[in-house]
Amino acid sequence: MSRAAEAKPLPAARSLDRSSARRRAAWRRRGQVLAFMSPWLLGFTIFFGYPLVMTAYYSFTHYDLLSPPKWVGLANYKYLFTGDQRIWPAVSNTLWIIAVAVPLNAIFAFGVALMLSRARRGIGFFRTVFYLPALVPPVAATLGFVYLLNPGTGPVNNLLRHLGLPDPLWFDSPTWSKPSLVLLGLWGVGNLMIIFLAAVIDVPRHLYESAELDGAGAWQSMRWVTLPTISPVILFAVVIGVIEGLQYFTQAYVASTIAAGSAASATEGANSLGYPLDSTLFYPVLLYQQGFRYFNMGYASAMAMLLLAVAFAVTVIIVRNSRRWVHYQAPAIR
Amino acid sequence: MRRVAIAGLVLLVLSASVIAGCGGSSESSSGSADLTLWTGFTDRELGVMKDVIADFEKTHPDIHVKVVGGISDDKIVAAIRGGNAPDVAHSFDAGAYTGAYCSNGAWIDLADYMKQDGLSDDVFPEVPRQYSQFEGTRCALPMLADVYGLYYNKDLLAKAGIDSPPQTVSQLMDDAKKLTERNPDGSLKVVGLDPFDGFYENVAAHWAPQWGVDWVDESGKSNLAAQPGWADMLRWQKELIDWYGYDNLVRWQASAGDEFSAQNAFERGKLAMNLDGEWRVAFVQSEHPELNFGTAPLPVDDAQPDLYGSGYTSGSIIGIPKTSGHKDEAWQLLKYLATDTGALVKMTNGIRNVPTTTDALESPDVKPDGAFNIFLDIFGNPNTRTTPITLVGSANQDLVDAFVTKYQAGKVDDLEGGLADLDQQIDAQLEAAGGAQVP
Repeated sequence: MSRAAEAKPLPAARSLDRSSARRRAAWRRRGQVLAFMSPWLLGFTIFFGYPLVMTAYYSFTHYDLLSPPKWVGLANYKYLFTGDQRIWPAVSNTLWIIAVAVPLNAIFAFGVALMLSRARRGIGFFRTVFYLPALVPPVAATLGFVYLLNPGTGPVNNLLRHLGLPDPLWFDSPTWSKPSLVLLGLWGVGNLMIIFLAAVIDVPRHLYESAELDGAGAWQSMRWVTLPTISPVILFAVVIGVIEGLQYFTQAYVASTIAAGSAASATEGANSLGYPLDSTLFYPVLLYQQGFRYFNMGYASAMAMLLLAVAFAVTVIIVRNSRRWVHYQAPAIR
Repeated sequence: MRRVAIAGLVLLVLSASVIAGCGGSSESSSGSADLTLWTGFTDRELGVMKDVIADFEKTHPDIHVKVVGGISDDKIVAAIRGGNAPDVAHSFDAGAYTGAYCSNGAWIDLADYMKQDGLSDDVFPEVPRQYSQFEGTRCALPMLADVYGLYYNKDLLAKAGIDSPPQTVSQLMDDAKKLTERNPDGSLKVVGLDPFDGFYENVAAHWAPQWGVDWVDESGKSNLAAQPGWADMLRWQKELIDWYGYDNLVRWQASAGDEFSAQNAFERGKLAMNLDGEWRVAFVQSEHPELNFGTAPLPVDDAQPDLYGSGYTSGSIIGIPKTSGHKDEAWQLLKYLATDTGALVKMTNGIRNVPTTTDALESPDVKPDGAFNIFLDIFGNPNTRTTPITLVGSANQDLVDAFVTKYQAGKVDDLEGGLADLDQQIDAQLEAAGGAQVP
């Protein structure tokens, strides 16, 4: 019986065979997909998943980097929300830089892109000129700005004084330190500008032509044609800008330590973070100070978890809200 | 029975490996080794350090030392974590880092080595002996100390008709005003003395001993509001800053020149008097030998004239990170740098830092120098103070300085209330980091 079955497989068994072959093939395909994806999967697990899980764990511990972490439950979060008086200046400075720098960067980048899209001559030259600052490393750019805006000896104030204009204290004044950082940001807006430029050039000509036929002026065609068409890019600029604002660190760190004059000494500098008068104490600067200057890594991890939650929530809100004003073009008809 | 036998075997293996581990480190005590030493010194000072190391290598021909300069404490911490720390590390700021290194074995406990070599910590004067250990663990030895005093420009004082340096803070204020010169537009040309918190060495810690105040009470709680000296000190500083005009002073500071460069405002005669550390003597002699300057203890609170002669001191410490593969040889180097009179005298004469053993302090080989000797006297004064050691680096000092800068800028209306609030803030921060201040 069994021999007969072996010698002459029934149709059902044959289909079983075929389906198991199919399954094998499917597994092989999955294996191939997995193999192709493995560099990314590995990278994701090692460089994102693991640090995230460990940060979450450390946020419930007291961890000084040198001895093993000690479980303290919610103590770090309690101190974060009720004990730490420097949190509020750090949060309000961060909100300030987001509220001011994000729209200004977007408007400035869009404006420059618009001008470049209209330029008739020297397009390559102007594109290079406006893009170039984006290539300067942030530390070097900040050093340059602190030098240019030195209230006593900097060329900007020399010029302002020469013209009889008021000369602010820039990075040495709590009122002007954040606007100075915004100026630095505007100067280096090249990446965003290039993206806007590509979007503006990509707006279909025929839309402008029909708008013109309908009697639309320059302002109206920008309001009703350009802006809606590039709205996905605006959304991108806002989301990236807000996330970058939440993580604002390098420029603030460099500007405050250089302006406070403590860069020259190897050991001091912890107390110049936020100079002047905590006006450049952004949330990530405080996080750095707690984690790496005060060996309070458990608390710094709790701060990082809060930052992650806020960044996630803000992104979700912006993206949800964007459905009302972002228009995606219908796919081209072929 | 079998289980007992296995347990016994495990124990045997464990203890054998422990013994082997111990043996491993002691058996290399006379072996040869390549050591690495990390120090914060740079440039000229690093050169002096290398000279002293060369002397060590002559007497210890089997040990070679590679010296790396310009290292800050966050690099040392990161390296210990990464397992690639040097064999000997040198930290400039005992107040901020002794707690971090000693509380968790990041730098090894030196007690056994000291016992084995019959070295008592009595060779160090009281203050450095204290700031190089944390809660009974001696993981570091003091190596040179910094002491703060008043530098004054003799020519500018003579021009202003001042014949001797001030001794009380009210004299200091008067002299600072007399010494100040303004440009026709009202901006500052020469500043008498600049107590702005964060400018050069002006921080609360360095001024506080002149008012005889402490940081903490006996239980280790922050104790600023309860001592009127703190408020007196801040009012005195603010009065002088307001006399210059806050914005004027900030503008002048922005062009004052880097502290550790030949552009330093005091060295260029743009600042007539300055709070600074003993090392400035050597800096001036090397960068501006033409400057006619003198040194004195910092003036003190008018109500406590007997404090005159004291000041602030903090020190450098050296220790052996736990990851060192040559701990025995590292100990030889450590002992040499911290206790060898010849080595300390050589560094003192070259770098002009204060030596930290009683023998070296009293050594006739310390080059006499009027300006420098003042700092040796301040160091020996019984009222000279240092800052408490914490587990959170300089967090306590940073919070105080953040408050002082706010007060100086006129952003604090109620000084006493603000100080009380600051006490709470400091205690909360230290509690959150799991430790109090150790006075």
